[in-house]
Amino acid sequence: MTAPRQRAEARAGAAFALPAFALILALLLAPLAALLALSVTDYRLGAMAVRLVGLDNYAALFADEVFQRSLRNTFLYVAFVLPGAVFGGLGVALLVHARRRSRAFYEVAYFLPVTATLVAMATVWQFMLHPSLGPVSALLRALGFGDVDLLNDPSLALGTLALIGLWQVIGFNMVLFLAGLSAIPRDLYEAAALDGARSGPDRFLRVTWPMLGPTTMFVTITSTITAFKVFDTVVVLTRGGPLGSTETLLYVLYLEGFQYFRTGYAAAMTVVLLAFLVLLSILQARVIDRKVHYA
Amino acid sequence: MKQQQTPTSEARAAGLTLRGIVKHFGPTRVLDGVDLDIRPGEFLTLVGPSGCGKSTLLRIIAGLEAQSAGSVTIGGRSVDALPPSERDVAMVFQSYALYPHMSVAANIASPLELRRLSLFERLPLLRWLSPRRPRVMREIMTEVRAMAGQLQLEGLLDRRPAQLSGGQRQRVALGRAMVRRPAAFLMDEPLSNLDAKLRVHMRTELAELHARLGATFVYVTHDQIEAMTMSDRVALMDKGRILQLGTPSELYDTPADVTVARFIGSPPINLLEVEASAGGVIRMAGLALRAPGPGRYTIGIRPEALHLGRAAPGLLAARLRRAENLGAEWLLHAETEEGAPLAIRMTAAEHAAADALIGQVLHLSASRAGVHLFGPDGRRVAVEAAVEAPA
Amino acid sequence: MRRGLVPRLLAHAVLLLGAVVMLAPFVWMLLTSIRPAEEVFGAVFNPIPGRFAAPENYARAWNEGNLPRAMLNGAIVCLGILAVQLLAAIPASFALAKLRFRGRGMLFGLVLFGLCVPIQVPALPLYLGLAHAGLLDTYFALMAPFFLTVFGMFLFRQFFRAYPDEVLDAARLDGMGEFEIVWRLATPAALPAIAAFSVFSVVAHWNDLYWPLIVVTSSELATPPLGILAFRDTESGGNYGALMAGAALVTAPLVLAFLVARRAFLRGITMTGLR
Repeated sequence: MTAPRQRAEARAGAAFALPAFALILALLLAPLAALLALSVTDYRLGAMAVRLVGLDNYAALFADEVFQRSLRNTFLYVAFVLPGAVFGGLGVALLVHARRRSRAFYEVAYFLPVTATLVAMATVWQFMLHPSLGPVSALLRALGFGDVDLLNDPSLALGTLALIGLWQVIGFNMVLFLAGLSAIPRDLYEAAALDGARSGPDRFLRVTWPMLGPTTMFVTITSTITAFKVFDTVVVLTRGGPLGSTETLLYVLYLEGFQYFRTGYAAAMTVVLLAFLVLLSILQARVIDRKVHYA
Repeated sequence: MKQQQTPTSEARAAGLTLRGIVKHFGPTRVLDGVDLDIRPGEFLTLVGPSGCGKSTLLRIIAGLEAQSAGSVTIGGRSVDALPPSERDVAMVFQSYALYPHMSVAANIASPLELRRLSLFERLPLLRWLSPRRPRVMREIMTEVRAMAGQLQLEGLLDRRPAQLSGGQRQRVALGRAMVRRPAAFLMDEPLSNLDAKLRVHMRTELAELHARLGATFVYVTHDQIEAMTMSDRVALMDKGRILQLGTPSELYDTPADVTVARFIGSPPINLLEVEASAGGVIRMAGLALRAPGPGRYTIGIRPEALHLGRAAPGLLAARLRRAENLGAEWLLHAETEEGAPLAIRMTAAEHAAADALIGQVLHLSASRAGVHLFGPDGRRVAVEAAVEAPA
Repeated sequence: MRRGLVPRLLAHAVLLLGAVVMLAPFVWMLLTSIRPAEEVFGAVFNPIPGRFAAPENYARAWNEGNLPRAMLNGAIVCLGILAVQLLAAIPASFALAKLRFRGRGMLFGLVLFGLCVPIQVPALPLYLGLAHAGLLDTYFALMAPFFLTVFGMFLFRQFFRAYPDEVLDAARLDGMGEFEIVWRLATPAALPAIAAFSVFSVVAHWNDLYWPLIVVTSSELATPPLGILAFRDTESGGNYGALMAGAALVTAPLVLAFLVARRAFLRGITMTGLR
């Protein structure tokens, strides 16, 4: 390749990258720098004076009962959602994958909640769970559970949100697993059949499960991140209540940053959130690289 | 399912019998009544153009596909109701179908593990509860190591398939098939994923392996050279039927059908349309052949059966278009007056003597042995030499 | 290899039970949206409404709340975001995939880093910036943070990398400039990825609550989720039939689009799976 040609290529490349680079600077890097800076101040929106407070915000954060509770609630929520999201998605995918004529119907049925606007569907759930008007409450009464108010009982509200979260995410995971399943070469099942695999469990353990390794890993991490960011259902259904039992990380962050305008404090909270997310992403990259990459 | 697994060196070779095998996929008929007897210990190749049904036939033998009609017998035992794992056959796939997440050793051990351990003894975690498992696994690994020695895979037992070359993967796939000592080996285009050089090498290796094992091999390929070089017998298939079954020489020397003649041989046979006289005599390239009656026929002349001669009546005239030097041989490409292409093969010495120049008209005579006559239906027609060609 | 009848029936039973749970909210939403108020509060559950009240419920949802405006806003915001995303991301990802220039490695590193940063992280400084510029409560504020799509850049880069270099070199020899190559050669070839990304982007921003909740206060700028929230608050304790009609209206565009273009949607929304 000639030098002028290289120069032209470099010029074109830089020109094409420039708008994107400017956007990254304005919308990602500058905000992150500002965030770090804000997190060591006592800035409040509209305040006249700003003071450097060092790591006081972080110290306050970890002493803050509300923050601790939100962290605990968020992890609890993730722990509720994750097993169902991964194994439920896998189970549904395995069953749907074997269908021929009815496959399209099941795909649509399970995927519909993913496309639907969660805020709108949450209002539907609120109505369905209404203690006197909702069909779910009626069903529970009929089954002999008595009067349960799933969204206003502190011991049940978070679990109820988790079930709604599961309802929304399971179809997404199903489709990811379906893609993983169709990528498994048919030859492998046939080779296994000749090797002596006769039963479903044999085929699953020898071919399906190991071949789905990368997909499973990916589904686990994305489901964790999705669950970690639970927000919409909290806003619509519980507003953190009852008794703070559904205060999650993002909801508390939203209140501190945009309702109470304790900006410096919220910035510190955001930095902690970012740390969690980066950690998860690194974990994802590491695990995928090391354990489940065959090619 | 508990079959003989003792590691002996004597051959376990079974004969295979196929009777009236028919297969439809929806309205398309892929196999149209195939009958085939495969002798114990034979290397039999199913060859034909793609879509001829050869792979489907192999998969029906393996039990991976169910036939629409007909029966399969392996070693005298009807296997129509048996799943693939109980037919006592092993298969080598075109893609090798190695488990990507398992080491070479685990891949080769897989058929033995699946046969000798119960499902419970193979379940994650639970399997450690079995008192029998360590002993069985030790036996299996001994056999796997022996197999790896035979196939020169010793140093690679801990590798994953992705870390192997194409030839090594091929040998692992063979090892996984051989370790079970099956009654028959089924191979579905096993060399087609290798580069040309390795393919030639593996041809020799497979032929030697067959000789050493003495087992029955059923081999599917679309490559006539593989079929001709390795097989005891070849079954040439087209459109769901076997057109001819015979030794490679039989297929080459007495093709039963114009499709067989066209498929076997490289460069391909020269085919010319001819008209027989009222007496059924066909004059062509210095030969006079007596066909059963008058009418149109197709005459096939092998490239090596054509010889250059001096201009004389009755010889086949063709203009030389191109000459290829293959080293020991020359390949001449010519065109008849009617515009039909002709290939002529000769030794370098013959070519030097003939002094053929591009653009020149060649006068060609044919030797009787390389000439075949086919009727309008494409089937071989018996001919007798009528009269010697006039000089 | 055909399995037995019993396992198949069992599979259908499990799947159907699941499907009932998945679809129940949709069915309930539609049933309630055609039910008159007196039946919603009646003591008996009757799945089929005694009086067909769809016209009044849907008319109420359409007229009383701010839903038509919210849905129009949703369309404006989604299309605005998508247009800028494509204009910026396509050339940049082509450069990342096919052109050598200084800073390419760094740019790609930033893209990878950006993949793990959700909107909630830069939200606070972006909010302050918009507040100082007096741009809060504008279309620009709704759209601006999403003009950058590191995900789109990553996706398109993967796609462009598979584009044969020989074709590009042939085009250069024919005298095509790099700008023309991007928009006339690479972009048409990337249409499947662009379509999938568009679905992904529109679905994400039509449904987003977090950012609109922060920057929008006036009802003229409400997005669909904000519209439904506001409608619920004005109807509180009141007319569930109308509320469900509103929910149905807001959900309908994407759900209908999904039913029509199922394949494209599955590809688009689960495209994150390509990583």
